[in-house]
Amino acid sequence: MATQATFRIWRGDPSGGQFQDFITPVDQGMVVLDAIHRIQAQQAPDLAVRWNCKAGKCGSCSAEINGVPKLMCMTRLSNLNLEMPVIIEPMHAFPVIRDLVTDVSWNFNAKKTIRKFRPRSPDAPDGTWRMQQADVERVQEFRKCIECFLCQDVCHVLREHHKHNEFIGPRLLVYAAALEMHPLDTEDRVSDLRRKHNIGYCNITTCCRQVCPESITITENAIIPLKERVVDRFFDPIKQLFHII
Amino acid sequence: MLEFQRFSYDVLVIGAGGAGLRAAIEAAARGIKVGVVCKSLLGKAHTVMAEGGIAAALANVDDRDNWRVHFADTMRGGQYLNDWRMAELHAKEAPECVHELEAWGALFDRTIDGRILQRNFGGHRYPRLAHVGDRTGLEMIRTLQDHGIHTGMEVHMECTVLSLLLDSGRIAGACGYDREKGLFYLWQAKAVVLATGGIGRAFKITSNSWEYTGDGHALAYRVGAELKDMEFVQFHPTGMVWPISVRGILVTEGVRGEGGVLRNKEGRRFMFDEIPDLYKHQTADNEEEGWRYTQGDKNARRPPELLTRDHVARCINREVKAGRGTPHGGVFLDIAWINERMPKSAEHIKRKLPSMYHQFKQLADLDITKEPMEVGPTTHYVMGGVSVDGETQMSSVPGLFAAGEVAAGLHGANRLGGNSLSDLLVFGRRAGRYAADFAKDNGSVTSDESQLQAVVTAAVKPFDYGSTGENPYQVQYDLQESMQDLVGIVRTESEMERALGIIEQLAARADRVGIPGHRQYNNGWHTALDLPNLLTVSEAITRAALFRKESRGAQFREDFPDKDPDWGKCNIVVKRGADGAMSVEKRLVQALPDELKAVIEEMR
Repeated sequence: MATQATFRIWRGDPSGGQFQDFITPVDQGMVVLDAIHRIQAQQAPDLAVRWNCKAGKCGSCSAEINGVPKLMCMTRLSNLNLEMPVIIEPMHAFPVIRDLVTDVSWNFNAKKTIRKFRPRSPDAPDGTWRMQQADVERVQEFRKCIECFLCQDVCHVLREHHKHNEFIGPRLLVYAAALEMHPLDTEDRVSDLRRKHNIGYCNITTCCRQVCPESITITENAIIPLKERVVDRFFDPIKQLFHII
Repeated sequence: MLEFQRFSYDVLVIGAGGAGLRAAIEAAARGIKVGVVCKSLLGKAHTVMAEGGIAAALANVDDRDNWRVHFADTMRGGQYLNDWRMAELHAKEAPECVHELEAWGALFDRTIDGRILQRNFGGHRYPRLAHVGDRTGLEMIRTLQDHGIHTGMEVHMECTVLSLLLDSGRIAGACGYDREKGLFYLWQAKAVVLATGGIGRAFKITSNSWEYTGDGHALAYRVGAELKDMEFVQFHPTGMVWPISVRGILVTEGVRGEGGVLRNKEGRRFMFDEIPDLYKHQTADNEEEGWRYTQGDKNARRPPELLTRDHVARCINREVKAGRGTPHGGVFLDIAWINERMPKSAEHIKRKLPSMYHQFKQLADLDITKEPMEVGPTTHYVMGGVSVDGETQMSSVPGLFAAGEVAAGLHGANRLGGNSLSDLLVFGRRAGRYAADFAKDNGSVTSDESQLQAVVTAAVKPFDYGSTGENPYQVQYDLQESMQDLVGIVRTESEMERALGIIEQLAARADRVGIPGHRQYNNGWHTALDLPNLLTVSEAITRAALFRKESRGAQFREDFPDKDPDWGKCNIVVKRGADGAMSVEKRLVQALPDELKAVIEEMR
């Protein structure tokens, strides 16, 4: 492995910015976030980066590394070509605050527009419920989400078309799926998904699924089943026929 | 004059991990105005990293379990320095708190008959930890977050508190800054709940995230609250040791709960070599029995790998020091071996320990279903914290409450795994409830403008020094290095005296730190402002550890290797003296009422 590497880091704020090169020593086993920390400590103390756990569990250090949305803490330098500068940019789908930090508050606000969990009445006299592991597992996959928003970052509806006001993006469709498929939930979000959250904008390019650090099968397991529910409810020709009759 | 963004609340919660969110939910449910300040984005707090589970005597897996057994286990684990009332309330209320989470949408793993599944953990007599694979903390924080956002609480994300405010001796709120724009904030409040977590960043090898700089401990100390049990810092026995850059990242105790074993480089299961008397009759004396225990045999006793964390960490330390460690200075933690005992073990491991599988695969190129892991102790948790009333969680400062890791009492000299998540729920709920009551019972507060200006003037000082000042990152590294080397797992008087000298020098350097640039999202500035807190807690830990001239629980003194029965009756309290210097004193542990004494006797 190389003993040093160049990191080409985007630096700037909402008014603009440019890439700046930093050369720093690298050791075996290092991840991109380690390199960023080293640069911060030795060369650029005010370099802005958002991070927390450095163990792939909190989803704070999302960025674009050589053009691919990734968690900086889980990207090993040994998997990158260090002969070339490693290019690190903030996520593109959200407004830049400074350097590698973006304003992701939209995700938190959009989440509030999704109807909250509403359980059926308890199954047992002691106020508890009974659920089978198999039923629970389906939703547990969605609940692995660490809210890194990398899926939102690659979603072309948000990234290219900036439909943040009309569409909730893959992360929040996964959230809606977790609620809709929750064995205890009794709320109905199907109409909202069609009209308020515009699930129809998703054309299943699976970009979101490919960047998910938790390997959630976003498109196939979450979004498509929700689309099917919307279709069943609103576009089933036989049901429509019954409506007419 | 620097401007403030001004907000006013009945209850201000500082911290949005499990305890903070639970407190905020409880307070908001009482129809009052609640503000939450969190150092990171919502849902990223350190609770997210908890893996193993929530300890609660639900008795779903073993019907012999009940609050009395849980209480006795907690007291035994804490070497009887616990606040008995907290241990009692915790054991009694934890099951209800777990059910509450389920009612808010949490999806725990299930038993065959559809109830919440529970797993084995160190120091717990029966399988007691409600869990979701090895990502229980994420499930908990997401559940609280998604429930909380619909309760009307106002959340201030990426804000750090610089100082608590007083009004005639009573708490009056807090002031601080936001990361995003670098603006200063005043949050006036009739009651404040501290839920700021721990102090792990005072040490070099830690499982804790950057936020864990002892903020709540230091904030409370500065307004005169007492800190208790600060000498007890838990070193989790199993952190990653290789590669260097991931050193310290947690490897859940769940690995051992599922049958993982510890071996030295000679292949010996060294945990059988030394079993403390307090646990001898509860611990398996052969490998076969230990395996049966992990597979749910109710007649088997637990394997020695599941002894309390303080003991396991010391045993690992001993093996490494004796030259029986692995190439990178740890010991082997082997779950792959269960392949000898069960078919399709690889699938089983991936299902039970998914994050561990990914963590090692991605960060260390190692398949835990095939090879043993290398692990060693990592700074994980502080048992000590703000001394609070067991019932209400109020500190010695009227209106100032504390819950979760920042509060002391429940865990005594050593915390059992799984008792932290339940602590957050039980005492977060209590703190929220009693803080709301306090706010309702007391009139409004005013803030002292000159105090506010003094706080922010000090906060912007690093910009005056600019690039010519001390490097804040370097000061932090130097502190972490010293604490790790001199006040770590094995302590001795001369080293700790040295540490105190170094802390003093570092405090002088911290006073001269400089940062280029401006206040907007400047990590260097944030690091600079965390330093005073780290230095305060480091000094408190060191002074308390020096004062306790014995070895007990998480504190091991090479110069006093045995337990001293007299010290077994005392907690240590640290507070700011009248002269501004740190004072340390002994305080007798509150005597147990007879009925609880009887419970402990019965469970012996």
